[in-house]
Amino acid sequence: MAKIVAVTGNEAVAYAFRQVNPDVCAAYPITPSTDIMQRFTSYVANGQVKTEMVLVESEHSAMSACVGAAAAGARIINATSSQGLALMWEILFIASGTRLPIVLALVNRALSAPLNIHGDHSDGMGARDTGWIQLWSENAQEAYDNTIQAFRIAEHMDIRLPIMVNLDGFIISHSIERMEYLGDDEVKDFVGEYKAVNPLLDIKNPMSYGPLILTDYYMEFRRAHYEVMTKVPQVVLDVGKDFEKMSGRKYGLFETYRLDDAEIALVILSSAAGTSKDVIDEFRDRGIKAGLLKPRLYRPFPYEQIGEALKHLKAVCIMDRADAFGGSYGPLFMDIASSVYHYKERPVLINKIYGLGGRDYLPEHAETVLNELVDIANTGTVRTPREYIAVRE
Amino acid sequence: MKLKGWKEVSPGAVITEGGSALKFKTGSWRAFKPRWLPENCIQCLFCWLYCPDMAVKVQDGKRTEFDFDYCKGCGVCAVECPGKKGKKAIVMEEEGK
Repeated sequence: MAKIVAVTGNEAVAYAFRQVNPDVCAAYPITPSTDIMQRFTSYVANGQVKTEMVLVESEHSAMSACVGAAAAGARIINATSSQGLALMWEILFIASGTRLPIVLALVNRALSAPLNIHGDHSDGMGARDTGWIQLWSENAQEAYDNTIQAFRIAEHMDIRLPIMVNLDGFIISHSIERMEYLGDDEVKDFVGEYKAVNPLLDIKNPMSYGPLILTDYYMEFRRAHYEVMTKVPQVVLDVGKDFEKMSGRKYGLFETYRLDDAEIALVILSSAAGTSKDVIDEFRDRGIKAGLLKPRLYRPFPYEQIGEALKHLKAVCIMDRADAFGGSYGPLFMDIASSVYHYKERPVLINKIYGLGGRDYLPEHAETVLNELVDIANTGTVRTPREYIAVRE
Repeated sequence: MKLKGWKEVSPGAVITEGGSALKFKTGSWRAFKPRWLPENCIQCLFCWLYCPDMAVKVQDGKRTEFDFDYCKGCGVCAVECPGKKGKKAIVMEEEGK
């Protein structure tokens, strides 16, 4: 039975984990993801889940334990942020290369140095090329819904890849919102029984994980992984349809807001998209054809589909809550640029870096950017292709 | 041996059979080869015990010839061999002599 509650993003994710009732969890605390596991370990202690909770000494150990348990044949969960994800970085590749469906809640937090505990996307973006599937959430409801769908996506027999569900640190994780929980039985039925593939604990069929592969074979394994990634978008759509039947809420590869007849648009991830939608409405009220695209499935990036959705626009600003250092553009910009690159007629693209280290993203920032886009659409001239906004000179 | 294409390799490089190391004959790595001198051998089986691989074949509780498919020529058997009256039952000789 669905019930309306007022909870934080972390509470909602922990509740989803409880409803799924996984086999093993190995986790290490780090702000702002700590209280996902604080709540989950309470469930374990109170006997509300059957999960074997492994308390480890670091995030590197946490992901290593997750990989070991997943190879043994268990359904796994984990949660971390920022430096924690950075510490487990080498194991992320092992999890994806070994094709283990681990579900990780990533509460996005800025990377040190300087040490900052607040929300930005550097951690998730830094891990974008690790071969994991990435879903991004705008609010607590999406974080909850994405967590539940993550199991079906990662465990799909055509896929079997690890997945990270991203939610903004503090902004989503610690803010209380009105949202709807699904019933325990509904979630249990939706997620289903875990089917292990090649479990190590099946001692009647001995097998080995993690062999050395030399120059004559490594590339074939990578090509096979690439092939699996091409199947992910369809699985995400199918799982979204099933989820809609159960919950009434629609989920696709990305969300478009008033985009179909728009001339200018913002492309923006997570909670800031929510803020921007209000400003889009204001601009629409004034007769300006503004729209928004909010990616949900970020890896593998649905280039063709997003390119199709954006190609009719005159000017687009891609807002990045992370910088990809190297004199280059933000990570989301580079993917969006790739998605429209091959069209003869394509929108003018500009890139803004915002909200780093939890710097507030306010409606007036969206206003300034949209006004700039109106100028570009009218005059065709770009003042600057890339800049930081809301930073003191 | 024809190499497999990307469609045929196992997902996640998982090896789904036991004992597959037997298929990889590491004897080709040898630079030094052990020679067994049965006249000096007291059948203590130290060589079998200390061999890091499984290159000393044993039958009915007595050691027989080396398994040169897997012997990498590390020489631990020759070092550990007590021999008879000061004469070793295993000597290492250069491969290819």
